[in-house]
Amino acid sequence: MNVIAPPRPLEPKDFASDQEVRWCPGCGDYAILKAVLKTLADVGARPEQTVFVSGIGCAARFPYYVATYGFHTIHGRAPAVATGVKLANPELDVWVVMGDGDALSIGGNHLMHVLRRNVDLQLLLFNNEIYGLTKGQYSPTSRLGTRSPSTPDGSVDRPVSATLFALGAGARFVARSVDTLQKHLPDVLRRAHAFKGAALVEIFQNCIVYNDGVFANFTEKEVAADRQLHVEHGKPLIFGAKRDRGLRLTPGACALEVIELGESGEGADAVLIHDERNRIMATMLAGLEAPDMPVALGVLYCDPAPTLEARVREQLVVAARTPGSDLNALLRHGLTWSVGAWPPR
Amino acid sequence: MVGGGEAWERELSTTAAMRLPVRLAREMRDSAVVRFAGDSGDGMQLTGSQFTQTTALAGNDLVTFPDFPAEIRAPAGTTYGVSAFQINFGGQRIMTAGDQLDALVAMNPAALRVELHDLQAKGLLIVDSGAFTERNLRKAGYETNPIVDRSLGDYQLIAIDISRLTQEALRETDLSKKEALRCKNLWTLGLVYWIYARDRQPTIEWLRRKFAARPDLAEANIAALNAGHVFAESAEVAERIGGYTVSGRPRAPGLYRTVTGGEALAWGLVVGADLASLPLVFSSYPITPASPLLHTLAGLKEYGVVTFQAEDEIAAACSAIGASYAGALGVTSSSGPGMALKTEALGLAIATELPLVVVNSQRAGPSTGMPTKTEQSDLYQAVYGRNADSPLVVLATRSPADCFAVAVEAVRLAVKYMTPVIVLTDGYVANAAEPWLIPDTAQLERFPARFRTDADGFHPFLRDPETLARPWAKPGTPGLEHRIGGLERAVDSGHISYDPDNHHRMTELRAAKIARVATDIPPQACVLGDPNGQLAVVGWGSTYGPINRAVADLRADGLDVAHIHLRHLWPLPDNLGQLLRGFAQVLVPEMNHGQLRTLLRAEYLVPAEGLNKVSGQPFRIAEIEAAVRRRLES
Repeated sequence: MNVIAPPRPLEPKDFASDQEVRWCPGCGDYAILKAVLKTLADVGARPEQTVFVSGIGCAARFPYYVATYGFHTIHGRAPAVATGVKLANPELDVWVVMGDGDALSIGGNHLMHVLRRNVDLQLLLFNNEIYGLTKGQYSPTSRLGTRSPSTPDGSVDRPVSATLFALGAGARFVARSVDTLQKHLPDVLRRAHAFKGAALVEIFQNCIVYNDGVFANFTEKEVAADRQLHVEHGKPLIFGAKRDRGLRLTPGACALEVIELGESGEGADAVLIHDERNRIMATMLAGLEAPDMPVALGVLYCDPAPTLEARVREQLVVAARTPGSDLNALLRHGLTWSVGAWPPR
Repeated sequence: MVGGGEAWERELSTTAAMRLPVRLAREMRDSAVVRFAGDSGDGMQLTGSQFTQTTALAGNDLVTFPDFPAEIRAPAGTTYGVSAFQINFGGQRIMTAGDQLDALVAMNPAALRVELHDLQAKGLLIVDSGAFTERNLRKAGYETNPIVDRSLGDYQLIAIDISRLTQEALRETDLSKKEALRCKNLWTLGLVYWIYARDRQPTIEWLRRKFAARPDLAEANIAALNAGHVFAESAEVAERIGGYTVSGRPRAPGLYRTVTGGEALAWGLVVGADLASLPLVFSSYPITPASPLLHTLAGLKEYGVVTFQAEDEIAAACSAIGASYAGALGVTSSSGPGMALKTEALGLAIATELPLVVVNSQRAGPSTGMPTKTEQSDLYQAVYGRNADSPLVVLATRSPADCFAVAVEAVRLAVKYMTPVIVLTDGYVANAAEPWLIPDTAQLERFPARFRTDADGFHPFLRDPETLARPWAKPGTPGLEHRIGGLERAVDSGHISYDPDNHHRMTELRAAKIARVATDIPPQACVLGDPNGQLAVVGWGSTYGPINRAVADLRADGLDVAHIHLRHLWPLPDNLGQLLRGFAQVLVPEMNHGQLRTLLRAEYLVPAEGLNKVSGQPFRIAEIEAAVRRRLES
């Protein structure tokens, strides 16, 4: 009897396409691609069931480099295209790749609606706070005063926060990571993949050409431990190279503050425990900014709810129980009259 | 109260009662054009649609034209709040909703003010004198009451206090006076039913179904209907006009129904998707006058139809493209301004060569224009209106029933040629109704989509040598994982390519593929007349009815004129140029500033001339007849 060997588990390299990757040398996108390929292998993704949809921008080249189905669409519209993909075939495992201009400027409307509708997608927002492909204009996430070809005297409009936007739009899963965090990022991507619904992951990504070091104040090796707060559900919000600082609610105010913990952890009972189902807490964490406060990374919010496509299918299933719903019946419902014996009755 | 109305009416009633009832024989008519007009809240659309159903059951051919205001709740009694429903019915083939009215029902002074100009001399004019109050007269801009100031002498005026008579008829019911007054449209319908010898029973049955949960309302409406009918039969109406008989028209045997363009289009899409063995995903964003298509399809979930109200026009187009990419038939719809927003997405569907059906219910523009008024001014937009060389297929619907066949054809071409297909329809076709010989869907030719499953030698832009269409490989198919997008791709691998010669070749291939469609459609024929002659009237879309009747009339008068009507606007039928060159003159009536005329001149260098009407109203038969006569008799 022939025994068919179970298929070899796919490795990250099996998910790499044969196309030459053409991002600038040193671009953060390489690291993100590596983390995504690892995640696909880790979660046992099936290439034929997996689709990457992107809009326009440097990040939007992503689908060409993954050996799954891929659709490089138009600027800002990837969430809308992906919604159509899921409406047609909810079984597909769909990833959406967007940049900050793509997702929050030209495509802001679509991002808002894909989040509130809770379409089952992994939405990766590569945030480098700049327009790269059009050669360095400031973006909707650029900080006030950003100098760029279109803002030579510094930008005058305040930036939008991707995570606060997502929470405001009604997202049920909001997470953050950094391109270079090659252990943390795949963990976050796995969580996003496991989530049934619209999972937004903001990835701080360094544009080496037009905005190099824009996140250095919390990503550089020497400051990372002290300026990054890696949140985990059910665990205290503690950070610092020596794990000697924590976040607590400011007594008498609705605000977070940093407290110093004693050498043997004194004061740790005042530190908040992360509850990823608490939207208010997620909102407060999302609002923390370096260097005065640590930047919260990890799954800030995760509170599952039915997906759009599940509800659409439910209605179809109920409607399908209607008896006599063949096409001829559709064309013949209501008032009809037969011409044969003329004149009619 | 402007004096006179009541007194006049009382006098008339008294006179009538004193005379012996004289029953005139019903007069035979070949056809009749009736318009019901009143305030938005008077239920004129319902009255008209009931008259339509009953008339269809009586075996008449018919065409209807609902004309309702843009305002959702216009202030009562205003001229801009007038809602009208016109029906042309008869024993001959009816081609239009009719040029001039044989009868006008005006439920208030504003309706009289707005609609009277279309009533022919000696036409029947029925007015609710109870609504001709001083206040309503002033709102309509009348200084004196036209019922009594003899300004309506050209017409057969029947002034009845319908408001009061309806309330009197319903005195015995539990309805309040205000509720009872709402039944005056049914009272009026009863009266008009008598005039045209229509059967009340279908409406009675419809009322019982509609108000199944409120039998008191059903019975009140039926009582009003009967009261109007009895009034006509027994009062001066019978004596003065006697009523008409409009004979039925023999038709091909089969099962018929009335259908609006909106319904026929929705059903055609559902049937088309079934013939292609594809699930239908319809994505749209609300816009007048396209929304009814979304409403109709949203109610067809039992046929597996997925509808999606997107956040905007762009998302509607993009989600439909996503659905097609995933292996469904993506369909989106809109009207002119929304079509403009979808333009970039159409370019993506052209570049990635995915099937897509795009329905444009045209309206008067530019910009917001006149949303509820009809126009056919998006032809340039459909054929040319995109960046770059970006050809696609354009079809047009010519009548309500025609929408079914055009929708099926749009699906067939989109799937077979892997291309977006724009269907141009308009608010007039969408809302108008006509009788329809219902097809047996089992007899329609199937055109199942063929998905690529064979990985051997596959690349996403490998073309079918016959159609030049690329293979449709849907996600979920093992071994066919591939990437597509808006970037130019290599002709022989589908990978991104910036090669200059490749782009030239791909541009030619995209054009050649759409041109191939012309070999897959019937050669253009004349609807009326023969190839070679003095003058061809060439039309597209909803001008079909008036052109056809005008040409038929002119031919009956011995003029050498033909009617050519285009369903396929891009690509144009292969023989069209030759056909047009067979005529000394080519006249193109359009509800725009000359778009098909330009297209025909550009394609064939023929001296086509335009007859253009951009008023938001359909052509009259007489306008087209006159234009042809001017050319042939000069």
